Amino acid sequence: MMQGAAPFVPAATLPAIAHILWLVPAAPIVASGTIALLKQSRRKASASLAIGSLSFSLVLSIVAFAVTVREWAHGAIVRESFNFIWLQFGDRTVDLGWVLDPLAAVMVVMVSFVGLLIFIYSVGYMAHDENFTRFYCFMSLFAGAMLGVVIANSMLLLFMCWEIVGLTSYLLIGFWYRRPAAAAAAKKAFITTRVGDIFFLLGVVWLFSQTGTLLLYNHGAGSLEGLALGGLLRQHAALGLSAASAIALLIFAGAAGKSGQLPLHVWLPDAMEGPTPVSALIHAATMVAAGVFLVARVYPLMQIGAPEHGTTAALTVVTWVGAATAVFGATIAVAQNDIKRILAYSTVSQLGYMMAGLSLGGIAVGMFHLITHAFFKALLFLGAGSVIYGSHEEQDIRRMGGLKVDMPLTFITYAIGMLALCGFPLFFSGFWSKDAILEAAHHSAAIEGPFYFLLLGVLLTAFYMTRQVCYVFFGYWRGHELAHESPKVMTLPLVILALFSMALGFIGTPAWPWFHAFLEGGPPAFVIHAFADSRLLALMAVSSLVVFLGLGLGWRLYGDRSPEPEEPDVLETSVPWLWAGLCDRLYVDELYGATAIAFYAWWARVADWFDRRVWGGAVAGVAWAFGLWARLNCLLDVYWVDGGFDKACDELSNGGGLLARVESGRVQSYLRILAVAVVALAAILFWSDRR
Amino acid sequence: MTSAGPQLTGYLLVAAMLFAIGLAGALVRRNAIMVLIGIELMLNAANLNLIAFWRFGAHPETLTGMMFAVFSIAVAAAEAAVGLGLVISIYRHTYTTDLDRMNRMKG
Repeated sequence: MMQGAAPFVPAATLPAIAHILWLVPAAPIVASGTIALLKQSRRKASASLAIGSLSFSLVLSIVAFAVTVREWAHGAIVRESFNFIWLQFGDRTVDLGWVLDPLAAVMVVMVSFVGLLIFIYSVGYMAHDENFTRFYCFMSLFAGAMLGVVIANSMLLLFMCWEIVGLTSYLLIGFWYRRPAAAAAAKKAFITTRVGDIFFLLGVVWLFSQTGTLLLYNHGAGSLEGLALGGLLRQHAALGLSAASAIALLIFAGAAGKSGQLPLHVWLPDAMEGPTPVSALIHAATMVAAGVFLVARVYPLMQIGAPEHGTTAALTVVTWVGAATAVFGATIAVAQNDIKRILAYSTVSQLGYMMAGLSLGGIAVGMFHLITHAFFKALLFLGAGSVIYGSHEEQDIRRMGGLKVDMPLTFITYAIGMLALCGFPLFFSGFWSKDAILEAAHHSAAIEGPFYFLLLGVLLTAFYMTRQVCYVFFGYWRGHELAHESPKVMTLPLVILALFSMALGFIGTPAWPWFHAFLEGGPPAFVIHAFADSRLLALMAVSSLVVFLGLGLGWRLYGDRSPEPEEPDVLETSVPWLWAGLCDRLYVDELYGATAIAFYAWWARVADWFDRRVWGGAVAGVAWAFGLWARLNCLLDVYWVDGGFDKACDELSNGGGLLARVESGRVQSYLRILAVAVVALAAILFWSDRR
Repeated sequence: MTSAGPQLTGYLLVAAMLFAIGLAGALVRRNAIMVLIGIELMLNAANLNLIAFWRFGAHPETLTGMMFAVFSIAVAAAEAAVGLGLVISIYRHTYTTDLDRMNRMKG
């Protein structure tokens, strides 16, 4: 099992690791099941089970990653899958399987590592919660399902794990289910993602019916490999799309639901009702990344049929949705006052960047931002959790302030995360990953608009993050009780995440695009003269300038001012109409409320009326008829059957009484009758013989 | 059949008289034990008939009649034992052997 207990033992071969890769998701899922059986009071056992199982997954993931890197360094295209038949219908089979390729290797390490840090952090954050064991049960199940999504080599397995991820998201958002807002948010998240999942399922079924296989990679026979893709490209669906593009768009709809892209982003900000570690794990680092990962996973399907220097219909849609979401999320984040809500809209916006990066620059660009974002957004969320914990469950940034003195460690790590998110130049990972996306957008000959969208997003990101940090950490304390620093079990993950938020950028710089080469299968190169490219330098300068502009603007408007909680925002006084719209999240929820939800409510009322009047009436009629019939039967019984029986019984009883009179009880009278009878018999015999 | 010596008719007459006496005793006596004695008399009358018909029958050399009589006596002994047992246990409950007063079986 543990061929790779020491991660870099060369004896661990790629097929062997791929063969046991299922243990990575299985360990947390088994842990989750075990925790579910534990008593509520076994807090320590449940936490150690969850953390232990995820540590095991992390070790195995690192081994798999190391082996993948080694094979890749030898120049091979690394893709090892392990497939098996699950069900068979006639000549069609339903296969399951898992795959180890650079994409999966990078993701398993990221998910299990970030997940593990958040698990550890939760020991402190959830310490006072009575449902501590339930929390770890759900978290483990989530981690296992997410790891399952990552390694799945079968559309069906991917979909199943995807749905478990959706389920655990529902359970965790509604973890504090006694709060009506949390219960509503959980429902909203579940139903909204379900809308996307319907399209995803349609795409999967269509793909299965066209290619006859559910496997993604199967040594040339999988649905994402040349033969199947060629067939899909020749097949024409409606509106001039090829079947490949149509299926890709359906799958993208699923991804958009999970990753909070327009127009299915509404659930993500509400999902902040869950405990903060949940927000960090699910709604920043991993689950919402599942949609981006899915697009990366089916990228061959999206890309097939693209002309030279061109793009496909599917990729165009992904680009525009991503770019629009990036700006949209960033705009709304400007006007939010809940510390977690700002981060939630920021996540929506960053997911838009990832989608745009994927479609404009390929898998590597989008995935690089996904990985760096996972670290710094987890850092920001855990930092926000630490702030909330330290300031006694206060979430409104207007009632905080001056925390840089009270919570120094949280402040430093939060600032690192904030600078990484803004894309502050050179020493923060966000700069490199965001720059790669901007560069790809600038390079793209096919579509030009998104570049400006994304640049605007960068400005807004720097601005709203500055606003938030100024409100929370600068000025003076405006809350009730004094804040305090969080315990070590919470700050240690912050420090680790902060280190990664800075260091990770260096695996994807233009000079040493190790990450890109790894994911795209090229040789690793060290090209220092990449920085000599004037276009690239100009672009970096422009993006840095935009970041500085955003930071400066934010500092000028909010820096060190400490406005009173009731005081209107600076922007509110200058542009009230825009502020009102942003505060109300651009009325998207209201729009849905007035259209889709109103329609459903109307439809539900119609169904209710139909149920009550038509079906209810029919059932009541049948019931009435049966009641009548039963009453008739009752009458028959009482007056006819019962009467007959009673009569017969009376007769029998009377007859018995009559006969009983013969029984005098005197032996000798019987004997006399016997004697007379014998004499009579003899006489009869005598006389009959005579004749 | 007018020759000297015992004749069948005589035995049958004796048996019939015995039966009649027994029957009369069983019917008229009030005492349960006397009724049982009457029944024994009737049984013995039947036995006498069996023996007589055998002795004057077609095959007197076989032991058929004797066998019937022996069986009948054995059965009668068992019947007398049961009958007397019943009478004693009834007596223990009611302190009487008067059959007219034993009418609990009245319907």
